[in-house]
Order: sequence, then C-alpha cells, then structure tokens
Amino acid sequence: MAALPLSFLVAALVGLALERGVIRHLYGRPLETLLATWGVSLILRQFVRSVNWAMIVGLGLFCLLFFGGRWILQRQTQWEQTRRVAAPVILALSSAIALAAGILINQNGGTALSQPWFGARNVDVTAPGWLRGGLSLGTTLQFPYARLFIIVLTILCLIGVYWFLNGTAWGLRMRSVTQNRKMSACLGIPTDRVDALTFALGSGLAGIAGCAVTLLGSVGPNLGGNYIVDAFMVVVVGGVGKLVGSIVAALVIGSITYLLGSGTLALILPPAEALQPLVDFFTFFATTSMAKVMVFALIIAFLQWKPAGMFPQKGRSVEV
Amino acid sequence: MATETAMRPRQEIKAQQSQQRKLEIIGIIAFVVLMAVVLPLLLSGFRLGLLGRFLSLAIVALGIDLIWGFTGLLSLGHGIFFALGGYAFAMFLQLNSMGEGQIPEFFGLYGVDTLPWLWGPFATLPFTLLAIFILPAIVAGLLGYLVFRNRIRGVYFSILTQAALVVFFNLFNGQQKWINGTNGLKTDTSVFFGQQVGSESMQMTFYLITVAVLVVMYLLCRWLTSGRFGRLLVAIRDDENRVRFSGYDPTGFKVLVFAVSGAIAGIAGALYTVQSGIVSPQFMDIAFSIEMVIWGAVGGRATLVGAILGALLVNWARALLSESFPEVWLFFQGALFLLVVTALPDGLVGWFRQQAPQQVRSLISKPEPLLTYPQIELDPDIQKERQEIGDRGA
Repeated sequence: MAALPLSFLVAALVGLALERGVIRHLYGRPLETLLATWGVSLILRQFVRSVNWAMIVGLGLFCLLFFGGRWILQRQTQWEQTRRVAAPVILALSSAIALAAGILINQNGGTALSQPWFGARNVDVTAPGWLRGGLSLGTTLQFPYARLFIIVLTILCLIGVYWFLNGTAWGLRMRSVTQNRKMSACLGIPTDRVDALTFALGSGLAGIAGCAVTLLGSVGPNLGGNYIVDAFMVVVVGGVGKLVGSIVAALVIGSITYLLGSGTLALILPPAEALQPLVDFFTFFATTSMAKVMVFALIIAFLQWKPAGMFPQKGRSVEV
Repeated sequence: MATETAMRPRQEIKAQQSQQRKLEIIGIIAFVVLMAVVLPLLLSGFRLGLLGRFLSLAIVALGIDLIWGFTGLLSLGHGIFFALGGYAFAMFLQLNSMGEGQIPEFFGLYGVDTLPWLWGPFATLPFTLLAIFILPAIVAGLLGYLVFRNRIRGVYFSILTQAALVVFFNLFNGQQKWINGTNGLKTDTSVFFGQQVGSESMQMTFYLITVAVLVVMYLLCRWLTSGRFGRLLVAIRDDENRVRFSGYDPTGFKVLVFAVSGAIAGIAGALYTVQSGIVSPQFMDIAFSIEMVIWGAVGGRATLVGAILGALLVNWARALLSESFPEVWLFFQGALFLLVVTALPDGLVGWFRQQAPQQVRSLISKPEPLLTYPQIELDPDIQKERQEIGDRGA
C-alpha cells in the first residue's frame, strides 16, 4: 500500500529534476522538448536495465567532483574569466575519473557490485492478498478486485486533481498560467515555480498509473512505451486543457477499442442476410491490433469535424 | 553614379553566389568520386554493404530535413513511407523470381492458394518503380491533407504521425495472409534482371544506384528549397499565421512538401530493403522513426548537407559502438538527443558555419574582453580612466 504514495513521490521527484535540468531551457520549443524527453526516456530505460553499484558509485563520484569543483572555483574571483576554459576541463576530468572508477569497480569488485539491480527482463508483480480474487455477482459475473481497485484509484486521482486545480491557490495559479503566461507573470505569479510544480504533478500521476498497471501484467523497462500513443490520442481527442475532455475521451476510445477488438459488434448484429457484409467488416477488425487501425481512422474522421477536440478551449487567440 | 553604387553590391552578391555554386559542384563531384570509386576499393564487402545502407538512410534524412528543417513539421511517422517503398519493391522481387502462375512460398503457410489482388499490379517493373514513390506520396498527401486542413500543427501533428505509424505497424504485422506479417519479405534470393539480388555484383550495382539517387535527391531538395517555394516553406516554419494573413494558403504547400518527403522516404526504403535483404514491420518501429529525425538534427537542420552527414555519422557510430559495447549505445543515443537539442541546436553544420571559427579562435588566443566586469578593479578601461584622472588631479 505504501507503494502508491512512494511511486507518486519518486516519479514526481524525477519529473522535477527533469524539468529543472532540461525542459526548463526548452519552453517555447515544443518539438525539441518532444525529442529531448525521448532522449531522456532512452537513457532511463537503459539505466534501469544496467544499473548496479559500480554505476551508482561512478555517478556519485561524477556529481561530487563536477559540482564540488565548480562550487570551489566559483569562490575564486577569477571564475568569470577562467570559466570558459575551466568548465570543460572540470567536466572532462570528473567524467574521466568517474568513468575509470566505475569500470574499475565493475571489473574488480566481484559480482555483488557489478550485478545489475533489475536486469532487462520483465518482473512479475504479485498483488497483495486482499487484491486477489474477485467480487462475485450471481454465478456468472465476477469482478476482479484488482480491476475494481484501479477504477477506484482513478476516481480518487480525478477528484484529487479536480480539487487541486479548482480549490487551491496553486491550482488557480496553474490555470491562469495556462491561459495567459505573460499576464500571469505581470500579476506576480511565479510562473517558474508553477511550471516546475505542474511537471512534477504530471510525472507523479504517471507514477501512480505505472503502479496501477503492475496489477495488470509484468513490469519491465519498456512498459511505458505501449501507453504513450494512446495517452496522447486521448488528449488530442478530448481537447487540450480540459479535464472533462480527457475523461470522456479516454472512456470513449477505450470502449470503442474494446468493442471492435473483441468482435462484440459482429455478434450483436441481427443475423440478417443483408447485414452480412457489415458482419464480415467487423470480424475483419476483431483483433486488438486491427481495432487500433479502425480507432485511428475514426479519430482522424472525428478531427475533421472537431479539430480542437471534444471540449475546445474558448478564446480569441490565433494560436491554439 | 548612384545606380552604380547600388549595382555594385548586387554584382558582388552574384559573384559570391556563383562562387558558392562552383564550390558546391566541386563538393558533389568529390563526394561521388569518394563514394563510388575510392571507398569501394578501400572497404571490405561487409563494410561497403553497411555504407550502402547508411547512404539510403541519408536519403530519408534529406526528406526529413525538407519537412522539419525547412517547413517546421516534425514527422515521427516516416517509417510508414520507408516501409511502403520497401514492401513495394520486395513484392515485385518476390513475384519476379516466380515462374508463371506460381505464388511466393510463404502463402502456403497460411493456406492461401491464389495471389491476393493487392499483389497483382506489382508483377510489372514499371508499375513497381512508380509505386515505390507514388504510393508513399499518396499516403503522406492524404494524411497531411486531413491533418493540415484543420490547422492541426506542432506537437499534435507529430503525435498523429506517430499514431499513424503504430497503426500501419499493426496493419502490416497482423495481416499474415497478405504480406507475411511479422516475418516480412526476404529479397536476398530473389532474381532481378537475371541475377540474384544477394549476389556481390548486384549489391555493388545497388550501392552505385544509391549513391546516384542520393545525389539526385540532394539536387531536388536543393532546387525545391532555393527559390520562392523554399522561401515560402521557411516562412511557414517561422510564422504560419503571417503567411496566412499575407494571402497564401499554407495547407496546399504543407501537403505537397509532406508528400514529396514521403516519396523520398519511399525510394530510400526500396534501396535499403534490397541492400539489407529483408523488409519487415520492424521498419515501422517507433524508435526507428524518431532516430531518423535525430540524424537531421545532428547534422544541422535546414542545411541538407547536414542531413546526409548526420545520417552517416550517427549510423556509423552506432555500428561501431554496438559492435563493441552494446549497452552503451542507448546511453549514447539518449545523450545525443539531449546534446543536439540543448547545446547544438543548429547541428554540426550550423555550428561549423556560425560559431566554430569564433570558438576556436577564443581557445587559441586570449579571451576577448568582457562587456561587464564583476568588479570595478578588474575593468582595464576604468583603471585607465582612474589613472588619467588621478594624474590630472595630482
């Protein structure tokens, strides 16, 4: 049970570090941000696969040398003049030392130090006892507790986010920055901190989602990749900046994908001769992957009708 | 007199332009000689095969540069067009090596005994050669039209192209009875003009064709981006609303350039397929399409030369790194993404053209004086003035 707040916290912290370290420098360049986050995800994925004590020691050493060295040099009055030469030299020196130390430990430290913590293989998560089994209704219906738990968790998260956005001071600031960043800055809202907070909150929510997903299957470094496209589709269809849009779009897309993928539509059609082509059509799309094809076509068609999604943000600005 | 002074810079500009053109022509000839004559003599067959594949990837990078570097459309779905070109050529090769009335072997596995209608037209070479670039162009044009028409742009366009990529991947992966699903189509043993595609002489021919196509595609992109059309593309990238207010409709131009880019990717896909010996849905992997974008970014956006350079460099680094340290490659690639986006936004070529001379000079000679000094005592100008005032005062 402690895993949920913990996963929220860890993901939020990683998100915060990411925002402060990288994303902050890329505001106003969304496409570059997309690429940078992809790069970070590549690094993190490989990191999870091959992280071990040697690597941690190397990283720690690097941070110590690099930031410590900078800190010491910054005390000196000559820093501004020597910065140009000194910064690359410190970077090269500390990374070389850290790399050498890491490799040395890796080769001579024995298996305890060079053994990867997680490895590249997926890990199965056993649900706690009270989540196994299911709620029986009658003789045929059974709801697994794990799924019910995820539904409840989602509702709780939604209520939490809704309350945060509409009931707290920071939520108000967040909404105002979304609507007009410059005006908000003029009115004394610390847009910097709002950005960081928003990013951390979003990452934390993703962390909770990841925690919930472990109940459905095994966990591995590539877990997130399967959900990226679906998550973005939900945002595109729902409309940007509206919580309601995300909820409705997620439910609609999920339901349609399931209805098509399971072939239910072909079954519920009346067995008339005239409808046979329609039944064939639906059976053709009755696999998970083909359902995705159909849903994408539907989304593109939907965007022809409502380009800004189900619940577009109202405003007079040209840029959407 | 006045006209003469006004004319002079223009003449100078013209002279400079013609000089640049000469340099460019010399560069292209040098590139062709290096790729087509020198390297085949130096490199082993395996390395040359790798280089041929990288050159066909450089063609895709050119297409990406056309839409991202010049027009500002970040497509994460170029794998679709790449794979379409590859599949078109592979289908022709499979049919070409069959006798009359025979069908490719894999159909037997799924109990299909007549050729699906989809395969029919690919039995002829002219249709296939057209289809290699027209098919991707049509798909790109259609997707582009449906998206751009609604003024969907920026990140949403990128995400939609990525979604389209996933969809096409699923489509090709799932349809085993049509195109052999996840196993893909092999081309190594099929016959083209009486020779096996996998044979050494045929591979050499394909390598030379790739070099030629790369040069032709470079010239095409150069021509597209140098005139009024190119200026319009840059204008769309920099301020689409202003283009719209000036009376142009950007939709048509964006659709056109996206289709051209898709066509280029299709040709590249066909060349890559014959040189790697197989086309499979793996061509439509999400990571692969994002990598294509990074090639252009590493070399330098909106430079065309940079796209070729970036594709060759990154792939060569990948080949070397993943041979010796397979684990390091992902770290390296991730770091490359970050580096290119934050520290080198103009890529290698842009850095070389703009900042390199200055930075190298500053490393060799003593640093230039700062505009503001942290302390008054350090500012030589103020010290000098103080001394003068002090002298006068005394």
